[in-house]
Amino acid sequence: MMDQPQFQSVLFQESVSEEDVDSRTALPFFRDLNLDQVLQTLTEGREEYNLAPFFCYPLNDVESITYRQDVMKDLEGELLRGHVESFAGEMQEMRRHLAQAGKLHNEYQKMSWFLDAVEIYCDTVRNLRDGLSGASPASRGLRGFGGYLESYAVSDGFASLLSETKELKNRLSEIEYRIHIQGLRVTVDKYGGEPDYSAEVRETFRKFQEGEVEGFTIRGQAHHDTPVMDSVEERILDLLVKRYPDFFSELSAYCARHTSYLDQTIRRFDREVQFYLAYLRQMDVLKSAGLNFCYPQVDAQTKEVRAQETFDLALALVLARESKRVVYNDFYLQGKERIFVVSGPNQGGKTTFARTFGQLHYLARLGYPVPGTEARLFLPDDIFTHFEREEHVGSLRGKLQDELIRMHEVLQRATGNSMVIINEGFASTTLSDALFLGREILQRVVDLGCLGVYVTFIDELSKLGEATVSMASTVVPENPTSRTFKIVRKPADGRAYAMAIAEKYGLTRQSIRRRLER
Amino acid sequence: MKVLLMYRDKNFDPKAALPPNTDALAQDLEIDIVCNVMARGDALLFDIAKNALLLGLDSPEMITYRQHVLNDCIEHPEVVRGMYRLAVEAIEGRNKIWGWHFDYPDSVLRSSVETLDLFFDILKELRRTADSYGGRFRSEGFVRLFAMVEHELDDTYLMKIKEHLGELKFPEGERMSAQLGKGLKGEGYVLRRFPIRKQSFADRILRRKSKFSFEVAPEDESGHRALSDIRDNGIRMVARALRESTDHMLGFFTALRTELAFYLGCLNLRETLLNKGEPTCFPVPSATNGFALSARGLYDVCLTLKLDQRVVGNDLKADGKSLLVITGANQGGKSTFLRGLGLAYLMTQAGMFAPAEQFSVGVSSGLFTHYKREEDVTMKSGKFDEELGRMSKIVDHVGPGSVLLCNESFASTNEREGSEIGEEVIRALLDSGIRVFLVTHLFELANRFRSQDAVEHLFLRAERRPDGQRTFRIVEGGPLPTSYGQDLYRQIFEAAQEAVEVQPPSARP
Repeated sequence: MMDQPQFQSVLFQESVSEEDVDSRTALPFFRDLNLDQVLQTLTEGREEYNLAPFFCYPLNDVESITYRQDVMKDLEGELLRGHVESFAGEMQEMRRHLAQAGKLHNEYQKMSWFLDAVEIYCDTVRNLRDGLSGASPASRGLRGFGGYLESYAVSDGFASLLSETKELKNRLSEIEYRIHIQGLRVTVDKYGGEPDYSAEVRETFRKFQEGEVEGFTIRGQAHHDTPVMDSVEERILDLLVKRYPDFFSELSAYCARHTSYLDQTIRRFDREVQFYLAYLRQMDVLKSAGLNFCYPQVDAQTKEVRAQETFDLALALVLARESKRVVYNDFYLQGKERIFVVSGPNQGGKTTFARTFGQLHYLARLGYPVPGTEARLFLPDDIFTHFEREEHVGSLRGKLQDELIRMHEVLQRATGNSMVIINEGFASTTLSDALFLGREILQRVVDLGCLGVYVTFIDELSKLGEATVSMASTVVPENPTSRTFKIVRKPADGRAYAMAIAEKYGLTRQSIRRRLER
Repeated sequence: MKVLLMYRDKNFDPKAALPPNTDALAQDLEIDIVCNVMARGDALLFDIAKNALLLGLDSPEMITYRQHVLNDCIEHPEVVRGMYRLAVEAIEGRNKIWGWHFDYPDSVLRSSVETLDLFFDILKELRRTADSYGGRFRSEGFVRLFAMVEHELDDTYLMKIKEHLGELKFPEGERMSAQLGKGLKGEGYVLRRFPIRKQSFADRILRRKSKFSFEVAPEDESGHRALSDIRDNGIRMVARALRESTDHMLGFFTALRTELAFYLGCLNLRETLLNKGEPTCFPVPSATNGFALSARGLYDVCLTLKLDQRVVGNDLKADGKSLLVITGANQGGKSTFLRGLGLAYLMTQAGMFAPAEQFSVGVSSGLFTHYKREEDVTMKSGKFDEELGRMSKIVDHVGPGSVLLCNESFASTNEREGSEIGEEVIRALLDSGIRVFLVTHLFELANRFRSQDAVEHLFLRAERRPDGQRTFRIVEGGPLPTSYGQDLYRQIFEAAQEAVEVQPPSARP
């Protein structure tokens, strides 16, 4: 790509303004799919970058997704990621310096912090330039930015910024002065090379040194950690300004000249690349727990989706922190299959499966790798979810009515290219009502022809026709009370779970007979 | 500056790890009784005495080194006690200065200067002692110590300290260099040394008029604090250096006090014994492998310290003997003999005098005790378990040249079983070059060794006169098949008027 001057963004291959992105807010299904939790985890500690809007801006075409996937693949390389992360760290440090300069009231102190901020900026820009060219990224995004940096770093503006900065820092470090305190009088001089008295004291008593002596504490420099000066420090500084007038007048001219030193494209990169780093960080955590991520093949045509060893990202992030095991799921749809009908016991992983399915498709639209070893996903035009809301307390009739109104709304808006995920809450109605309502709703989804998951406690709904696939939770034989079960393609069988619990406590019919025989 | 009165090449370390057998050894030999007399109420003397006894030397040459130092102390007790008082004065004076202080550089410096003032006087006093008495000492240790004091603390050096003491009070104020650090705050403060010189009145006026100076207003309190912060920055390094230096000097005084404390303890104990009329002698240590052991008038220090009258001494000729088996009458002095022997080993190897008229011994590479524990009265099998457990731990730590004192070992089971196992264990220890002194009432066990008729075995017996009277003397003689329980019985039940003279019998089997 030779079009480096046009480089704008490492997130968008086409021109997208930051204002457009920043106007985005959370999408309606975030909460049902626990994507709000994922967002929370990703952005934690990165508040200064305001990453949420990017997370709320799904991509609509395969090529844009590929643009991001390629950048992400580059950044998975340790070397490149290291360069980018240290750049990010330095830019943070630069901002911390600017903020400090803003808080101080002494004008020369402000200038000093500003000078340091610019020095950090100059250094990190050059380091990143070298790092990127050395690591030779493959993605259009990073190559474009690398090219941009190459030409920026040799521009006249940057070159003079750099040399002026280094010159001033160097002169500052050479200033060595002398303070003479006599009672309340303080005199400031240039240092004249007199010997270090503490070294002489040490030398005098060296002959007594014999092994270690007990440690003791001596109070450190007062106010050393606060950048603010006390009155005496400030008056000493005033005298130094008089002692070294050339240096300080040049410093203030420099600051006036370079108020807007920060390049906007570099600033935008610093922000946008966090979108990748944030996700990579969480991938690290989960990979070290033995979980896998893959780059999904995304397609806007075929609905024959599939994924291997995938998992609920939000749940995995919680479990990994508690060092608990995460259960994988596999799924696929083929031919005319469109809807997973998931049935089975409560706490059996049904909802988790539904969320996983939705999350995967949304994460793919962000250009992120998705949980699993392999995935082929559909690019839906929108995602609709309907999950039972526990907190809506009211009369039973009120609750049911509310549910049906929301479902109706979803089914009105969904198209054949949408994704519909329904976790029905009909359990509190009579069985015949639940059966009737479930069958009706599910049939409508099937009729739409869209992709979806329908979670129900009613076995019968899994046999609705060729568009539905029955999925049910399995039982982990050695630990049937475990709360996360694998969901597999199989006919609904509500009894498996109960049997396993009974076995564990030796309360199956067989077990009881055996025990009574003794 | 090293003291080197205990070792030729290192200071005595009172915190050194004690050998693994220490607790049992101290308990079985009742070391505390000896240490108490050495200490005369001084806790430090007690600790040093105990550690020196438990951390014995295994080189005859080093033992002699200490003996010579001790001999100097015996000849010049007042000089040595005077030096000890100097060391104590230095340490206690210093602790008083630092008893309660702030950790501000200014306070640290002030206390350090005060300490240096004190140490300066004491060093001068030490020099005077060396000047006046050094020539009269003959041991390698003291000759070296006094020579070092003369050399290291010569007049030039003492003058130099005096000079620092003057400068560290900063009669012309503090001068320091600094650089501009982060945010132009001063950093890298280093106190600079300017020779003290007289300032003319004109100088002072000129300085005051310098346009590069200012004065903090007398009423500006926060300004005063800020000024003293800057001052603290300047003197921090020198305060640290001086504090460390005086700590090192304190280290010297501490080492001096520690090592003299040991010899003072020896003097104390010797004085007590001599006042009672008990003899002491410098023992003759020899290499481990010869199994040398002979004594004239060897007595149990512990016992004599507990009693008003003198105790019975024993003669012993056990050169080349690797196994001593001591049998005989209950309450006949077997345990006392064993304890006295153990203490003589410890005292010899600490470099002390020995509780005897004459004592020669091949040094041990480690002294161990395996005593029957009366207090562990549980089930019989549990007791034997416990006993063998202890023996097993001893086996973990003994090696060639070790000496094991056994008092009624293997007696917590029946005689047959105890003898069987005892023979196994002892024979294995002997084969490995370990010297074993065994006090036992197990005739079977003693007799198994007796019947081997080996030249390196020696059999001793608590003497009993034909009338049943004990002499508390240990004489050569093999085990007799019956114990003397009936003596005791008779004494207690039939000769009530004599019972006052002997210690009441403990519950012997």
